[in-house]
Amino acid sequence: MGNNRQNPAFLALLVALVIMSAGPIVLMIATSLKMNVDIMDDGASLLFTPTLRNYETVLCNVLWYAPEHVGYCDKTFGRALGNSLIISLISTAITLVIGCMAAYALVRFRFMGRGAISLTTLMMRMVPPAVLLVPVFGIWTFQFGLDGTHAGIILVYVAMNLPFVIWILQSFIVQVPIQLEESARIDGAGPMQVFFLIVLPIIKPGLAAAAIFTFRIAWNEFLLANALANRNTRTVPVTIVNSLTEYDIDWGVIMATGTLLAIPPILFTFFASRQIITGMTAGAVKG
Amino acid sequence: MTAARLNRLTPYLFLAPAGIVLVVALLYPIGYMIYASFLDWNPSQRIGEADWIGLRNYTNLLGDAAFHESFFVTLKFAAIVVGCELVIGVGLALLLDRKIRGMSALRTIFILPMMIAPIVVGMMWRYMYHPNVGILNRTLKDLGLDPIPWLSSSEWALTSVIIADIWQWTPFIFILALAALQSLPRSALEAARIDGAGAWQQIWHIKLPLMMPVLIVTGLLRLIDAFKVLEVILVMTNGGPGLSTEILALRISRTASEFRELGEAAAMSNYLLILLLVLTMAMFLYSKAAEARAMRLRAAAEAG
Repeated sequence: MGNNRQNPAFLALLVALVIMSAGPIVLMIATSLKMNVDIMDDGASLLFTPTLRNYETVLCNVLWYAPEHVGYCDKTFGRALGNSLIISLISTAITLVIGCMAAYALVRFRFMGRGAISLTTLMMRMVPPAVLLVPVFGIWTFQFGLDGTHAGIILVYVAMNLPFVIWILQSFIVQVPIQLEESARIDGAGPMQVFFLIVLPIIKPGLAAAAIFTFRIAWNEFLLANALANRNTRTVPVTIVNSLTEYDIDWGVIMATGTLLAIPPILFTFFASRQIITGMTAGAVKG
Repeated sequence: MTAARLNRLTPYLFLAPAGIVLVVALLYPIGYMIYASFLDWNPSQRIGEADWIGLRNYTNLLGDAAFHESFFVTLKFAAIVVGCELVIGVGLALLLDRKIRGMSALRTIFILPMMIAPIVVGMMWRYMYHPNVGILNRTLKDLGLDPIPWLSSSEWALTSVIIADIWQWTPFIFILALAALQSLPRSALEAARIDGAGAWQQIWHIKLPLMMPVLIVTGLLRLIDAFKVLEVILVMTNGGPGLSTEILALRISRTASEFRELGEAAAMSNYLLILLLVLTMAMFLYSKAAEARAMRLRAAAEAG
């Protein structure tokens, strides 16, 4: 199989795969750079003068200048972008910190067998967000009084992501040589110091993978955010769905919104594809 | 003295935050949902005011034609999607399992569809399926063919939704299958080649059987995820036309938010959860059995 000869049919297959895989995304980005006249125009879909107008419309209230073609500035998206950022960043940070501590305790102090933990993780992973919809709505509204707040949404996201984060970090912590920790302890370091100064730096790749996965889920999630958020705490996915249900869809603007939502995950993919693949394969192979 | 006590408490201190969050925000809601499924409850009531109606939500659902339809659509969607993705993904992995320069760039591009928000994926496909401005019907028109009513006819809608899911998730199976292929024992393949096995024979008799454990786990993971798909379909069709693409997760969310029947939605969630629980247990038991078998084989090999 190790033949390096690349015949034309094989190359054609590769090109076709890349086009099929990236095509829809490129199309979205291209459409977001088009004027509506160009979107409606039948011919020449590849030849158009790119414009940032749609982005100016979407971001009108966060820009430092007032774009002249925007008559009425709709502040929904700018606000939603802020909400999405706050919610995803804070929930990722909290998930990582407490997930890391829990994973460390589970590995080093041998609470349960690894089997029990991976079974629990697997069971938690299987719970669809749709199943959490009814109870989370009820509890958050009537008991915790957290509906419509950032904290409420952050709490759900932390809980949803914790099992996976604990589980993946565990597999990294297991590989930290215990001698390192012991020698630090002999030198007089307390458990907290051992954890923060010895263990954390070693498991950085695991932390990166866990961070990307957590951020992505919080950033992309729609269903629970839709149930919990009010006008002021809506996230970007919620605003996209709202504008897709309007009768007259402005495709240029909505594609610009979608592109803005897709940019962080795309950047992560390009800069950390190895960590992402680690996270993905770990989930299946050691399941 | 206090230091020693602190040391003994450390594991609990480390576990406590995660444990509290999981209990408060995951286990409690699930228990709450099981309780709610026995109530006649609408969103304007506090849960204490709702009437206890026993198993009636469950029995109502069993006789509900729309629920049957939705259950059937879910099974069909999951089965077709996972089947196609396994065949295409594994096929591509077998084809591309050779030294290619730029393989990691290729993999990066393949991961993109999985990383982007499901909402955005649905939006992209809805645009491409659009009857006038969509690229698919435009291409058909340029080729002189009739346009296809991708999302507007109940015969095509499920197919269109399935195509979008295959686009998004085949790379997942491809990447896992490729990883499995590249970690196969070289000695077995070497031996087969020396014995004169052709490419097809190698695939059928050596590679596929050796990859099987990973493939089964991957397939089950995808199956579990396929039952959770909601946002892509919500954006593309919202379950329509009629009920042709209304998968269970979508029906749960509509029952809760549009029909305002929280008890019934909870009962439906429980049915879905039971189904997923069975699948998860199957997967867990399978991987345990495979592990045990591998260990026995290794022990036998060492003893022999």
